[in-house]
Amino acid sequence: MTIVFDGLASGMLLFLISVGLSVTLGLMNFVNLAHGAFAMLGGYACVVFLSRFGLPFLLAAPLAAVVAAIAGVVLERTLYRRLYASSHLDQVLFSIGLIFMAISSAHYLFGAQQQPIFLPDFLRGQINLPGLDIGIYRLFLIAVGLSLAYGLQWMVSKTSFGAKLRAAVDNPRAARGLGINVDRIFTLTFALGSALAGLGGALGIEMLGLDPAFPVKYIVYFLIVVAVGGSGNIKGSLMASLMLGLFDVIGKYYLPQVGAFVIYAVMVVMLILKPQGLFGRMAAK
Amino acid sequence: MAKISIDLSPLQKASAWKPAEVVFWLLPVIAFFLFPKSLALLSQIAITALFALSLDLILGYAGIISLGHAAFFGLGAYAAGLLAKYGWGDPLLGLAGAAVLATAAGFISSFLVLRGSDLTRLMVTLGVSMMLYEAANKATDFTGGVDGLQGVEMKPLLGEFTFDLYGKTAYWYSLIVLFLMFWLARRLVQSPFGHSLRGIKQNVKRMPAIGTPVHGRLVAVYTIGAGYAGVAGALLTQTTQFVSLDVMSFSRSAELLLILVLGGTGSLYGALIGTAVFMAAQHYLSGINPQYWQFWLGAALVLIVLFARDGIMGFLNRLPALAAKKRGD
Repeated sequence: MTIVFDGLASGMLLFLISVGLSVTLGLMNFVNLAHGAFAMLGGYACVVFLSRFGLPFLLAAPLAAVVAAIAGVVLERTLYRRLYASSHLDQVLFSIGLIFMAISSAHYLFGAQQQPIFLPDFLRGQINLPGLDIGIYRLFLIAVGLSLAYGLQWMVSKTSFGAKLRAAVDNPRAARGLGINVDRIFTLTFALGSALAGLGGALGIEMLGLDPAFPVKYIVYFLIVVAVGGSGNIKGSLMASLMLGLFDVIGKYYLPQVGAFVIYAVMVVMLILKPQGLFGRMAAK
Repeated sequence: MAKISIDLSPLQKASAWKPAEVVFWLLPVIAFFLFPKSLALLSQIAITALFALSLDLILGYAGIISLGHAAFFGLGAYAAGLLAKYGWGDPLLGLAGAAVLATAAGFISSFLVLRGSDLTRLMVTLGVSMMLYEAANKATDFTGGVDGLQGVEMKPLLGEFTFDLYGKTAYWYSLIVLFLMFWLARRLVQSPFGHSLRGIKQNVKRMPAIGTPVHGRLVAVYTIGAGYAGVAGALLTQTTQFVSLDVMSFSRSAELLLILVLGGTGSLYGALIGTAVFMAAQHYLSGINPQYWQFWLGAALVLIVLFARDGIMGFLNRLPALAAKKRGD
């Protein structure tokens, strides 16, 4: 049971990080392989806030999200937007370039080692029930993940921003004609996705680790979430992340010699059988 | 029925060897005498050039995006390494074995890869290569895992030339294989087959209308590209007598994409020039500091995508026009 719980917690982290990618990749049709770099930025920002400025963890993590969001906006306005209309190949190359730059910058600034994270006391320890040890931090992650998923779902389906976003994605030309500022919607969405990635990176240091190779190490996981969950589908992403987290943790625990092989195989099979994803709706384009 | 005569002379003219090409192929021969101390680097360039050529065939000519081309390179490398380790140390035999294995793998995986759109292809190629990477990583008894495959002993080439410490044999061997494979690729892309690939890249929907079996052509070129990559991997194993897990890594696939884009996709010489420029820059810059090199590599990639999509070859092709313009002023 404990393993299941760990799996769910790491699934929540994956959800936080990948939901932004699901939007850019699935809805805005931009292959942003550098998405993990925003998560890494959030992670490092959190470490710096904690250790250099001595901020409390609950303040450092949201601030890390803000840092990632700012980076997202700056990059979107200056670079990404130029490539919305480019071919997928160009977008891939561009984002690989960003990954390389992010990795070497992280190397230069922080060194190759794993970053330590010191959680506040109230998030440490375990709750021991008969047959079940629940790490408090795991519980915290699941709570945060669920509430964010709920909030996002509400925002996309109920608010006017959500309605505009759906309109802008389904048919940018018609949306423009209705007076919706599509550019700004995309920028805001990109910022939101980056912020969530940053938050996920910050909260995930304890479970996923944080070193300069982060963006490459987890790139396949993020892509799997999008592939399995269906593009731009919040519920789908959540389900896919939880499944992936569970499979991953259980697989590593019971079948360590097989390792990540199963995960990759699942992704390839998924993509071939159901290109739209398990929970996918048809992409607009 | 009136006979339709088609004037093929422009095509024949285009396929003749030009003086510039002859000069180009003399360069590596000159390099052998000019830089006798850097033969190891030069062999690496030749091998990577062959690898770049393989991706150019499928990406540059047929427009199939692959993020996992290193899978076939790695398969070839391990195949050659294992053959040599278990007694079949003849280089040409190893090369053939690696080519057969990589070609077969390419043929099988082509059906997976070619099903989806660009995006699906990206993820499937990445997924397949990561699977192979994990397999090689975990099968330590077989591949040595992260420690790499050791104990690769090569017999002399053709029973005559041993792989010497200075890398002379390795260099000539890699260079000649590269040249032969290049010559083959050159024939291939100038054949009707090659032209149909370019047609598919430019307009997938129209090609079936003029009778091109699109799927079959793409399977064929993907298979050939995989075979080329396998030969390149085998060459690397045979000349370094070692296989590291790194041959299958994501960064190798990503670097290869960069090389190709740097040189210019859809041009065989672009692949070769891109490799030479890239490897030389890597050699000198990463000598200063590896991280520094990676940063500028990333920056170069971003800049190329934004401002110089056709790479070095595109620039070279524009040169005459630019010069003419200048003279006109």
